[in-house]
Amino acid sequence: MPIDFLYPKFEVVRNPQRCIACRVCERQCANEVHRFDPALNLMESDESKCVDCHRCVSLCPTRALKIVETDHAFRKNANWSGEIISEIYLQAKSGGVLLSSMGNPAGHPIYWDKLLINASQVTNPSIDPLREPIETKTFLGKKTHDIKRDKNGHLVTETSPQLEISMPVMFSAMSYGSISYNAHECLARAAAELGIYYNTGEGGLHEDFYRYGAHTIVQVASGRFGVHKDYLEAGAAIEIKMGQGAKPGIGGHLPGGKIVGDIAKTRMIPEGSDAISPAPHHDIYSIEDLRQLVYSLKEATGYRKPVIVKIAAVHNVAAIASGIARSGADIIAIDGFRGGTGAAPTRIRDHVGIPIELALASVDDRLREEGIRQDVSLVAGGSVRSSADIVKAIALGADAVYVATAPLLALGCHLCATCFTGKCNWGIATQEPELVKRLNPEIGFLRLVNLLTAWKHEISEMMGGMGINSIEALKGNRLMLRGVGLNEKELQILGVRHAGE
Amino acid sequence: MEREGSIRIPAGCAIAGIISREGKRFSGDAIRRSMSMMHERSNGLGGGFAGYGIYPEYKDAYALHVFYDNIEAREACEKYLDSRFDIVNLSKIPVKKIRAITGEPLIWRYFVHPLPTRLADSQLDENEFTRRCVFRVNTSIEGAYVFSSGKNMGVFKAVGYPEDVAEFYQIGDYEGCCWTAHGRYPTNTPGWWGGAHPFSLLDMTVVHNGEISSYDANRRFIEMYGYTCTLKTDTEVITYILDYLVRKIGLDFTEASNVIAAPFWSTIASKDEREKQRLTYLRNMFASLLITGPFSILVGFNGGLMMLNDRLKLRSMVMGEKDDFVYFASEEAAIRAVEPAVENLYAPRGGEAVIVLTKGGASHAD
Repeated sequence: MPIDFLYPKFEVVRNPQRCIACRVCERQCANEVHRFDPALNLMESDESKCVDCHRCVSLCPTRALKIVETDHAFRKNANWSGEIISEIYLQAKSGGVLLSSMGNPAGHPIYWDKLLINASQVTNPSIDPLREPIETKTFLGKKTHDIKRDKNGHLVTETSPQLEISMPVMFSAMSYGSISYNAHECLARAAAELGIYYNTGEGGLHEDFYRYGAHTIVQVASGRFGVHKDYLEAGAAIEIKMGQGAKPGIGGHLPGGKIVGDIAKTRMIPEGSDAISPAPHHDIYSIEDLRQLVYSLKEATGYRKPVIVKIAAVHNVAAIASGIARSGADIIAIDGFRGGTGAAPTRIRDHVGIPIELALASVDDRLREEGIRQDVSLVAGGSVRSSADIVKAIALGADAVYVATAPLLALGCHLCATCFTGKCNWGIATQEPELVKRLNPEIGFLRLVNLLTAWKHEISEMMGGMGINSIEALKGNRLMLRGVGLNEKELQILGVRHAGE
Repeated sequence: MEREGSIRIPAGCAIAGIISREGKRFSGDAIRRSMSMMHERSNGLGGGFAGYGIYPEYKDAYALHVFYDNIEAREACEKYLDSRFDIVNLSKIPVKKIRAITGEPLIWRYFVHPLPTRLADSQLDENEFTRRCVFRVNTSIEGAYVFSSGKNMGVFKAVGYPEDVAEFYQIGDYEGCCWTAHGRYPTNTPGWWGGAHPFSLLDMTVVHNGEISSYDANRRFIEMYGYTCTLKTDTEVITYILDYLVRKIGLDFTEASNVIAAPFWSTIASKDEREKQRLTYLRNMFASLLITGPFSILVGFNGGLMMLNDRLKLRSMVMGEKDDFVYFASEEAAIRAVEPAVENLYAPRGGEAVIVLTKGGASHAD
């Protein structure tokens, strides 16, 4: 029907003087945008299929291509944007829920960008990381409120299980299935090389990757895909996924089309069947049930592995975190509303949950008010984009951060946000062998190592500037932050003063 | 301008300490002379002294030194103290009016024992009971500030140069077995008497030179355990950290120094297995009490003295010995001013705690 016609969002601009009709673009585009017309000896485009992933642009040997947003527009209307109008046409046609991928792109405040970092002048020397050690290593896990001594008076040094990380960053959960085997290999190898951890997500752990177990966090989600004794034993820590920032309150759905071969085997479900994670864990309808799962997992692994409970940042996050801290969890991971996803209903992704900065600050405050901050470590994610965001997160009170979108970008993701199509031209969010092999793990793993190494340098520089030579002394050190352009309430929740104060 | 306590004020400083290992008592005049040599390191906005063993006649009573802004504050505070303690003696602390020291508050001293019934009701030991009462006065009685609360020891401080403060309080008239002192160089000028150093809690006193960069991480941690930071100074938070680690947790001073000036991970890695485990344990379990940024501190307690520098040694501090005495100061000249023939001069390394005990003293809380 004519009503359903939507003008393509992007236009493929091809410079005919530069194009040599080598057909690289055609071969590279899984969306089949490009096509060669032998009669005219010309490349043509069907821009209606273009997702703006830049694969063709990046590989065009003569730089003949660029993708631009179309200037075709609906009549200007501040209330009814072109996006909203288009979505109504789509839903009127299909009767379906709108789907999106990656994090919430809406224009809500990004508090990281409204926080500024301190530096030493005169009264306190800054520390030069080229000349003095700056320590970014830390441990995640329960701390103590008392000490014990043996009969000779020596300190008893046994502790609850701890995760040692060389810098306060970990790769956040992305399941095998939502991303490719090669992407997982990159993450696992980089985590091992960097002395940090990556997270299996809810799709189980491919048997090839058991050897990276010392740097792996294995996830137990509501679908329990791929969960068995060896899997729990394989990881260094176990994460119970209660929620995800991109889609708080709902479950997950990996279509049967992606449940092929090793993915089906790893998830322990038949090939071609949809992998549906229920919205809640059906054995957890309240906090006391969570406690039982935490201790079941601890019992299963001999109390040798810390248990992480991951929740989405929702309105009552501080009280929820307080409950989790009293339920035996060693670490709480909080995922903000800008966290990424392979697929989520658009309305949920863009309208449910709260910013991680506010959630983190209020959880850290609440746990301190209750005197239980020592009982858990806090990991903040969704979305942490740079070393500066990390420094701000630690200063607000996080022990470490989770990152996922940034490492995917390092692997080639161009944030076209169409992962749910399964046709990722960069070999990340796809299971098509031809596409997966485009991501070379040898190169990908190095790029992840490079990214985090660069961040570590930057974190060290910022810490040194503040005269802080250990990440522990930055944790919760909110005097090192000032707000700009924030109102009184925002400053109060973040626990920071305004710039100039 | 906001008064100290509502804002954080960085300060540079001079510090000094003298201790008799035999526990012999000597006049506070020596520490005054030592401090006077470092006049240039202060700017007249705060000076103070702590003396140990100065009240042998009341050695089992808590000696409370209190600043009052006005009579009403004194009446309110005394009413409160009366309800919690048996006050065995009270008096104004004798001072000598001098031109260099002006605007002094009312300065009173009380020797007290916790009321046995109150103490029993509280289910606390007498130290914790007294600590809580001191916090109560300082946080809720407007215009009253307890600045010294240990047994057989006392803090004397004021806005002024240290040598003038010594004359004001006539420090030379007191005899103690250990003295520490402080001259202040704050970068802002609220000039409040309570903000001068030493800072003390029960018998622990801290004099400090530096500006710690970990301040808010430390403060937000220690406030979880009932320590309300009212002054927002480094010295206050360092004192509470040491009280928490030593008196409450039960670490000795060496272990506490391994927490607050923890060795670098690379240093810990070079130790033998047992020491590695011990240092890793302390550093990890009390991670939020690591203090970074420059500091040199002298920590006085009944039984001894600890000297400690930050782990990079970003503030000067030297020590020396002569016969029974051990001397500490920000500058060697300040030691030589008292003992020209000082021996074994030594500048301890960053993070290296030096603990000197008087005869029979112990470096941990009983």
